Amino acid sequence: MQIVPFLVVAWVVVAGLYGIVTSRDLIHQIICLIVVQSSTYVLLLGVGYVTGGVAPYFYDIPLHTKAVDPVVQALALTDVVVEAAVTALLLSFAIQAHKRFGTLDPHELAEFKG
Amino acid sequence: MDQLYALSVTVPLVAAAVILAARPLFAEHRRVLDLAAVAVSASVAVMLLFLVVRTYGADSTYWFAGFRPVHGIAIGIDFEAGPLSAGLASLGAVLLTGSMVFSWRYFSRVGTYFHVLMLTFLAGMTGFCLTGDVFDLFVWFELMGVSAYALTAYRPEERGPIQGALNFAITNSVGAYLSLTGIALIYGRTGALNMAQIAVYVNHHPPSGLVVIAFLLIITGLLVKGAIVPFHFWLADAHAVAPTPVCVLFSGVMVELGLYGIARMYWSVFGAALGHQAAISRVFLTLGLLTAVTGALFCFRERHVKRLLAFSTISHAGMFLAGFALLTPLGLAGAALYVAGHAFVKGALFLGAGIVLHRLRSVNETWLHGRGRRLPVTGVIFTVAAFGLADLPPFGTFLGKGWISGSAAAPWLTAIFLVCGVLVGGAVLRVAGGVFYGLGDPPGEDPQMAAEANEETGETDEARQRTPLSMLAPAAVFAALGLATGIAALVPRVAAGLEAAAARFQDQHAYIATVLNGATVTRAGPGHPVAPAGVTVAAVVTALCSVLGAAALALAALYWRRLPLLRRGYEPGAGLTVAIRRFQSGVINDYITWLVAGIAALGGLLAVAIH
Repeated sequence: MQIVPFLVVAWVVVAGLYGIVTSRDLIHQIICLIVVQSSTYVLLLGVGYVTGGVAPYFYDIPLHTKAVDPVVQALALTDVVVEAAVTALLLSFAIQAHKRFGTLDPHELAEFKG
Repeated sequence: MDQLYALSVTVPLVAAAVILAARPLFAEHRRVLDLAAVAVSASVAVMLLFLVVRTYGADSTYWFAGFRPVHGIAIGIDFEAGPLSAGLASLGAVLLTGSMVFSWRYFSRVGTYFHVLMLTFLAGMTGFCLTGDVFDLFVWFELMGVSAYALTAYRPEERGPIQGALNFAITNSVGAYLSLTGIALIYGRTGALNMAQIAVYVNHHPPSGLVVIAFLLIITGLLVKGAIVPFHFWLADAHAVAPTPVCVLFSGVMVELGLYGIARMYWSVFGAALGHQAAISRVFLTLGLLTAVTGALFCFRERHVKRLLAFSTISHAGMFLAGFALLTPLGLAGAALYVAGHAFVKGALFLGAGIVLHRLRSVNETWLHGRGRRLPVTGVIFTVAAFGLADLPPFGTFLGKGWISGSAAAPWLTAIFLVCGVLVGGAVLRVAGGVFYGLGDPPGEDPQMAAEANEETGETDEARQRTPLSMLAPAAVFAALGLATGIAALVPRVAAGLEAAAARFQDQHAYIATVLNGATVTRAGPGHPVAPAGVTVAAVVTALCSVLGAAALALAALYWRRLPLLRRGYEPGAGLTVAIRRFQSGVINDYITWLVAGIAALGGLLAVAIH
């Protein structure tokens, strides 16, 4: 296992969180949320990577060929589906916010305080 | 018989898909749609209650498609049911059924989306409770989450719901992705996703920092869902704006599911490998009590009734976490009973607030002062439930809290619980007395709160002249069930059974044997001593103090202007308002900052505890 993918994951998470914390635009914030989530793809694929492994289709290759872990790929796919649902929903909220209240700034949108 | 496990999640999912597909058919037949949705959720409740009865003596496991473990290695995905997990799932199904009945007459125009989202939410809750696989846990968490975000923004034409839903969705999503990071790390280390399988691996390998980091990341998402300080900010924003029938579920089970997830992760997977029980217990106890006090203080100063109930939920979530943090069977049994009692009482209170909103078109306590006298029956239900929230014996809340305090056997914990009970109970009784009986003077008007509360108009249809029975009945039934859980727990056999179930939940060996070896474990190992669960004099005295204190505080809050000691025009805590506004700013950026700070702090605490 190499250390590089894990450093990339940490960097991407921190970059995404930094974006969410500092952004004044909802669309930008939602994109940053996607950035945070993409770190999980890198992590999942990094965890399952086998040096020199082939794609795990045991159709025309011998059963004991070294292959990368297929489980993490299934997990990453599920993760993509989750992301699609969450992002679509969040963007629809952002569209509503822009249409009805003419702003995408979370500070201006904040109605409830205290 | 085993099909019950699979059916309890597939029935609501399939029903949701069918309702969505057959949408045009329901356009003219709203009642058919309502009846179908209620029938589905009621049938899920029956299935889950059946599972509770069936696993009363010993937990059992169901492997999807018959992929059972081979030589102790899990290759499939399982559902693991015990009295606590199936009990929490059935609590959710019962609350959801009541909320569906309530919403019959509540919404003026309702599409099929409300029913579909409620059913997917139900499937998410059930799957989350029963699953024995950590990745599945994440998927159910997200299914539940996405349904909940969409339900929060059910009225997207107003500012509050959009803001609440965005804050809710972004905070919970960040938490969920951090959980997934933890799941990926633990999978990388152990090569397993099954909880029991992971537990076997981490128990048989030397402890490592990676396991601690994975545990911390996994529980982060659950702490966000469980509204534990400083991860709690989203909750009040979301609860204040979500449709009231949905609030019943958010407060009654969704928050508790987050805490259940932490308990499941700790006992079934990481507990034995982490060790240092006393130190970990202190960390969670600190978090829980901090949350309980923070929630109670915010609750008391609130004038927006739904937000007030939301802050009370934060306070209670802290007390549930404290019950779990004691790491004793009695503490966990107490927390479980408290969760059930609280869910019904809080459900009745939210539905009461919903009826007020429906009839009087406001949830602003100041404006409503005395206006609730037109709603005598609602007033009685709300007041009874308010006393239940203040731990009036024999409500489930009283005995649950009593067991936790009894298990801790620490006067300071009892004192903090008492203070929180008095503050929360006092706030809700103040609302009951002021709104429904016109006692005292109206509390001071806060222009911003008034503006917030009066915007609550689009949720329900034109003010009606009388309250429909379909709205009163669920509220009354919830209040009665809150009483019934307490009375049931007074029966020694039920109390002993609940505590034995809690002990089995905490026994990791029992869990592993049940899941991987298909064993039938009827009693927990000797490491989980069962203390007699009964009604102690101390518990009754404390509860009565709590009720009397809450009533006194409520009366003081209503009549304080007439006290000669205080000068007129003085508002208690007025100076704090600015500070609190800055703290609970309503801006998602601040919430995520708190979340990151919270992870760092919790990581530091765990590192010190386990060093």
